[in-house]
Amino acid sequence: MSELIKIGIGAAIVNNVILSQFLGICPFLGVSKKIKTAAGMSAAVLFVMAISAVVTNLIYVFILEPADLTYLNTIAFILVIAALVQFVEMVLKKLMPALYKSLGVYLPLITTNCAVLGTALNCVQNDYSMGTGIVYSICTAVGFGIAIIIMAGIREKIEYNNILPSVKGMPIVLISAGLMSMAFMGFAGVI
Amino acid sequence: MKENSITERLYNGIIKENPTFVMMLGMCPTLAVTTSCINGIGMGLTTTVVLALSNLIISLLRKFIPDGVRVPAFIVVVASFVTLVQFMLEAYLPSLNESLGIYIPLIVVNCIILGRAESYASKNPPVASLFDGIGMGLGFTMALAILGAVREIIGSGAIFGVQFWDSPIGIFALPPGAFIVLGGLVIIQNKMKLRSGKASEEKSCNGNCQNCMEKCEEINISEGGK
Repeated sequence: MSELIKIGIGAAIVNNVILSQFLGICPFLGVSKKIKTAAGMSAAVLFVMAISAVVTNLIYVFILEPADLTYLNTIAFILVIAALVQFVEMVLKKLMPALYKSLGVYLPLITTNCAVLGTALNCVQNDYSMGTGIVYSICTAVGFGIAIIIMAGIREKIEYNNILPSVKGMPIVLISAGLMSMAFMGFAGVI
Repeated sequence: MKENSITERLYNGIIKENPTFVMMLGMCPTLAVTTSCINGIGMGLTTTVVLALSNLIISLLRKFIPDGVRVPAFIVVVASFVTLVQFMLEAYLPSLNESLGIYIPLIVVNCIILGRAESYASKNPPVASLFDGIGMGLGFTMALAILGAVREIIGSGAIFGVQFWDSPIGIFALPPGAFIVLGGLVIIQNKMKLRSGKASEEKSCNGNCQNCMEKCEEINISEGGK
């Protein structure tokens, strides 16, 4: 149990997926203009990551390993994730229209989110079991949520500030992200 | 320069539509692996190989791939090349493979590659597409090399492993440094643009590679749903 907590905190805060592993930078920079959309995006990522952790683990253990095809994991995982996202979207549309309404627009964006593929590959590389893999993936997604929502909050404030024209837009966002990343480095001693 | 000629494609990729500084694509590897100049160049050249070859193959197959499944088809082509390149690196450059780690398989989801496949290679002849890939890849390599060099010089007081400064500012070699140095480079670029009279327009994706993908994904879904 304490092992799981350690992995969880490590994935969510200490080795934050965005601020220290640099996975999923694109949605971090692109979908962080408003807190509401940022929250929607991170909920969708959480959902997809949790499911893809289960599915990729099953595929790795029951198909790739017995067939001695583990080197195909990149191709297999990206296709599975792409198919899974489409599938999840269809299921949500049919069964849970309310949830689909709030997450729907973000789902197609997730296929190209390197955080999802990166987490699946990390799980395999670290030899995590199914349970550990699920905890790791969920906590990674929580870390993604923490970072992107804080960033959206900062950007909502930046909107009203008077800044130099050459720093406006991307540069100020990148520098704020740098400062956030510095703050998160302070958690390094936690575990 | 003639449209779609080899030199025009190379110029377009390296300067005019530089994927990192102008289009703001493929940010994850850009920030993650540029702890040193050599790593940046290694990542850039690896991406160039994948980009050029996948552009070539996709361009050759452009008449055979049905429109509805083109994104998955592109992903398969790109993923195959990434796997090949990963094997090559493991065999011949194990130290580079070690330091790039998980970012090699993640070339598959690099938005530059899918973006070029979607916007150029799927519509243009093979030779032009090949050189479009090489140009874009070299532009990416150049950006990564500059970023890596700045971070290595300030962060560890060395360049190409040669130490010349005893008291470097270590934070620049760590994750926060990546964001700050890239921000600084974009500021310099914006300043030059403002000075030369061109307004600092934010091109294409505005830092959001998903916008590019979003469109084709939407088309994909609406066609798949029929």
